[in-house]
Amino acid sequence: MKKKFALALAAIMMTGTLAACGSTNTNDNAGSTADNTTSGTSAVEAIKEKGEIVMLTNAAFPPFEYLADDGSVQGVDADIAQAVADKLGVELKIVDMDFDSIVNSLKAGKGDFAAAGMTITEERLKQVDFSDEYVTSSQMVVVRADSDLEGDKDALDTALSGKNIAVQAGTTGDWYAGGDETTGSTIEKANVLQYKSATEAALHLANGKADAIIIDQKPAEAIVAANDGKLKVLDTKLTDEQYAFAVQKNQEDLLAVINEVVAEYKGDKVDELITKHMGA
Amino acid sequence: MNEWFAKVVSDFSGAFIEGDRWKLYFQGLGKTLQIAAGAVVLGIIIGIVIAIIKVSANQHSNSGKCPVFLKILEKICDIYLTVIRGTPVMVQLLIIYAGIFVTMTDGTIAAIVGFGINSGAYVAEIIRAGIQSIDKGQTEAGRSLGLTSGQTMRLIILPQAIRNILPALFNEFITLLKETSVAGYVAVQDILKMATNIQNKVYNIAPLMITAVFYLVLVIIMTQVQKQIERRLAQSDRR
Repeated sequence: MKKKFALALAAIMMTGTLAACGSTNTNDNAGSTADNTTSGTSAVEAIKEKGEIVMLTNAAFPPFEYLADDGSVQGVDADIAQAVADKLGVELKIVDMDFDSIVNSLKAGKGDFAAAGMTITEERLKQVDFSDEYVTSSQMVVVRADSDLEGDKDALDTALSGKNIAVQAGTTGDWYAGGDETTGSTIEKANVLQYKSATEAALHLANGKADAIIIDQKPAEAIVAANDGKLKVLDTKLTDEQYAFAVQKNQEDLLAVINEVVAEYKGDKVDELITKHMGA
Repeated sequence: MNEWFAKVVSDFSGAFIEGDRWKLYFQGLGKTLQIAAGAVVLGIIIGIVIAIIKVSANQHSNSGKCPVFLKILEKICDIYLTVIRGTPVMVQLLIIYAGIFVTMTDGTIAAIVGFGINSGAYVAEIIRAGIQSIDKGQTEAGRSLGLTSGQTMRLIILPQAIRNILPALFNEFITLLKETSVAGYVAVQDILKMATNIQNKVYNIAPLMITAVFYLVLVIIMTQVQKQIERRLAQSDRR
């Protein structure tokens, strides 16, 4: 009797979860078709009506975003996002979350756009749209100051194979360390230590858990600067990639506004912001 | 409806079958089980030791003469229980990983130790409660029959206590198994971490659903084991 009851309960829970997962999907579909029919003016109007625009980020990726001493999210992305908000005449609200859940959250509508030093990749493009790029970056290798690791990309890939590589989970560096071919990596069988943030990865490189970090150029420089000579970044660039803001699919109007701001900032103004936040 | 069903099917096959991703879940499951099993063993050992220290200190001080070393041991146990039960397991785990196993790359050991130490505190209280739930008359009867206090504990009190604490103990093990899902924070690729990684490829919630099913099945199995043991122990029951 009890067994049957338990089985029935399990069945109910399963259908419940399936239905829940299905309904969000159908909502997504409905939302995007609605956007299509109204030729995409809805996104910006909805934001103006709300009076705020929500930016999703992971505030552990200096200088693009970091938590300031007062607890607010600061950084290059936050500054550009503020310009977007000003252009729309709305408040900017920044939501700090794990990097590896940003794309999903954006897709689910938990924010209006993502600005997280995010590289344009094919896989992400299937899920969200990207603005024009505002920074070009590379994956870099960070090691302890006494390390004698050096060489070009191929030499580094070979040297890092089978090593303990610390990364920020869900970033290009994570995939590169895991030998993902789409990143051009030829690393084989590395032990990838996936941390929630770049700063944690730096901590565990400094204390010897990891042999190297693979991470984007600017955060690499920032964490080296923050570790008083204990770490160094190698000169070799492992990849060439572009950062951009991400928005949900079919929101061309919002994308256009962001692109205007990005065009304004790209180049000198972004470099200025990077210098400004690098010291912070 | 059909469209929705097709989407669910494609989400799930994308998250489980494509690119042999199911292997990753089982790899992660192995890690989860390794951590949980290690922590359960460590937790039981710590729990029994502490429970015995506390119970015997209690008995001795009731009879008015408690040796000093026992008092000190009891104090240490009290501090341990207060600290471990007073702080979140995730904080403990991060401290152990970054502060104690400083240069050890593999987070698995840190996770086993962390969860084991945590679980030990709860197991200790469960066992202590179980021992104290046995009527004082049982101890008195054992002692009157000429058994030493150790023999009384081993042969008379503990067998009865085990039956009483079993439901609470399994409750703790089930909680522990589920708590290991935060091991991803110390770079351990447990099943949830694997699911998050797959989620970063497929961008839907199917991997999380699959993970939930894995945990659910594990807990159902544990519940069945508990029922079996309870049935065995109840064979000589006259209640």
